Amino acid sequence: MWTYISRRLFQALFILLIITGVCFLLTHYSADPMSQYANKQGMTAADRAAIAHSLGLDQPLPVQYVKWLWFALHGNLGDSFFSRQPVLTLIQQRLPLTLILMVTSEIFIIIISLILGIVSAVKQYSAIDNIITSFSFIGYSMPIFFIAFGLMQIFAVQFKAWHLPYLPTGADIWNPKNIPALARHLVLPVSCLVIIQVAGYSRFLRSSILEVLGLDYVRTARAKGLSARTMLYKHALRNAALPFITIIGLDIPFLLGGALVTESIFAWPGMGRLFWEYAQRGDFPVVNGVLLLTGSAVVFFTIIVDVLYTFVDPRIRLS
Amino acid sequence: MTDQTESATFVPILKAETVGGVMPLTPGQLVWRRFRKHRMALAGAIGIILIAVFIIGGSIIVPEKAANLGDLHMRMNSPTFSHFFGTDSNGRDVFNRIIYGGQISLFIGVLAVILEVSIGTVLGGIAAYLGGWVDSVIMRFTEAMLSIPSLFLLIVLAKVLGHNIPTINFMGRTFSGSVVIVIVVIGLTSWMYLARIVRSNMLSLREMDYISAAQSLGASKSRIFFTHLVPNTLGLIVVSATLGLASAILTEAYVSFLGLGVQPPTATWGNMMGDSQSFMSQGAWWLWVFPSLFIVLVILSVNLMGDGLRDAFDPHSTRHL
Repeated sequence: MWTYISRRLFQALFILLIITGVCFLLTHYSADPMSQYANKQGMTAADRAAIAHSLGLDQPLPVQYVKWLWFALHGNLGDSFFSRQPVLTLIQQRLPLTLILMVTSEIFIIIISLILGIVSAVKQYSAIDNIITSFSFIGYSMPIFFIAFGLMQIFAVQFKAWHLPYLPTGADIWNPKNIPALARHLVLPVSCLVIIQVAGYSRFLRSSILEVLGLDYVRTARAKGLSARTMLYKHALRNAALPFITIIGLDIPFLLGGALVTESIFAWPGMGRLFWEYAQRGDFPVVNGVLLLTGSAVVFFTIIVDVLYTFVDPRIRLS
Repeated sequence: MTDQTESATFVPILKAETVGGVMPLTPGQLVWRRFRKHRMALAGAIGIILIAVFIIGGSIIVPEKAANLGDLHMRMNSPTFSHFFGTDSNGRDVFNRIIYGGQISLFIGVLAVILEVSIGTVLGGIAAYLGGWVDSVIMRFTEAMLSIPSLFLLIVLAKVLGHNIPTINFMGRTFSGSVVIVIVVIGLTSWMYLARIVRSNMLSLREMDYISAAQSLGASKSRIFFTHLVPNTLGLIVVSATLGLASAILTEAYVSFLGLGVQPPTATWGNMMGDSQSFMSQGAWWLWVFPSLFIVLVILSVNLMGDGLRDAFDPHSTRHL
């Protein structure tokens, strides 16, 4: 067990090195931060060179990378090129808002897809199963902006036109400490994320329950006279839930990255928008900081999920 | 005597062209038969054909000028008989733009999938064939790429490649060079799952009895790879490619929606959606409803077909026989 974990951790370091290396290389060629100063009046070439020097941009790329990595290992992700704020401060400002959005959605996603998945598996090929399956198939094929625009059109634009109480579409001017306002702003973006994710999750859960229901031990449980309910909840569901828990576990670190498209449609000031705004201006420290944070969360969560899995399912051995 | 009865019972079956007077089906015929009996898959295939007829047939009837040049007196008109899907903020006909935008969206989707499948199959195949440290390096690299949220990777890569965009003349039409960039970006950011699928399928096939049989008959490593492992992975690749087409079209829509994708005046369903957001509050529903309906229709059809193909290629599936 410990040799396995230490080997995985060693691999994780290697993976993180690749991630940071690739990201550093790509962001370096993605934009020129100096272009912001290109046409400023009263700025000479010497001024620009001084700025480039103060940002460390005049050094060769490998040197910049090693320096950045060295500071990152000491918990310092550097300062933003333009706002001059530390990257960690910027992330600390945005992360709570992203977590509010994503965790709320994830709770609804898990509850709703559990209900839909169980119902449609137990009542396989019934009318309700057909309805759930077709809707999840359609939802699975939808771009999130279709759902977002549809909900906005109905609950914001039309409701406003009909003088009904309407839902806000943007989140820029409001105080997150005001709970009722926060809840109202959450309704539309959370609904979009829930609709998209539930479609995929409930399909997945349905098929894994159906697979388990066909296994021998379920037949044994039936043969020894267990009620359908006990058989389902005590035997079948526990095993069917394993792959479901795994995909949720593997999806959780990605919540940190936020939902870029949803955040930009609803003007939600989260991590996705942070990345998007700063990537467009070529603010490398922020971009690399966000990528390092999400990348390492994903890498370490994968290891945690793999190790926890052996406790939940004793049939699996680590090697 | 026993020898003779054995050969009498076994040899005819092994060599038989007919079993009980019926021709046994080849694996390809079995796949086609299972696919044909899959109603939803057929619905998907018909959906794709209808959309293809619409966007190709439409471009024969409607000239490209009608899609890219607008009549400034006809701005923001809601759907009427002369403009089925209304007009946009530049007075361009949304119906015509759907036709030409659809061509670009599907073109990008197909080429991006070809790129994705080539990279994924080659890398997965090399990892499975060579094993050892090459396998480790390729798989760690794949894992690293999978650990970056895909949209983040896509944005950075799109900005790297999007510095100077030439215009391209192809088949008598002018495209923004961003079409090629979007194809490359989607292809380079989506091969990881395929590489993993190909590799793990080949590794699990290698444990099968018939591979041991081939090995004991003296088949070389490359012979086993090319005559057993590759053909037995093809079905999986076809299925992943079909499902990958759906996500490539979706990704194109996201990238263009964010404004990093195909640049105007070339229309795609994605950038039509992106342009429509600012006119939402004016109640211009036709600007976003029609492009997104087409996106949903295409992706739904492709996904249905992909699911059908997956069942059809699965030798254990007997449901549709």
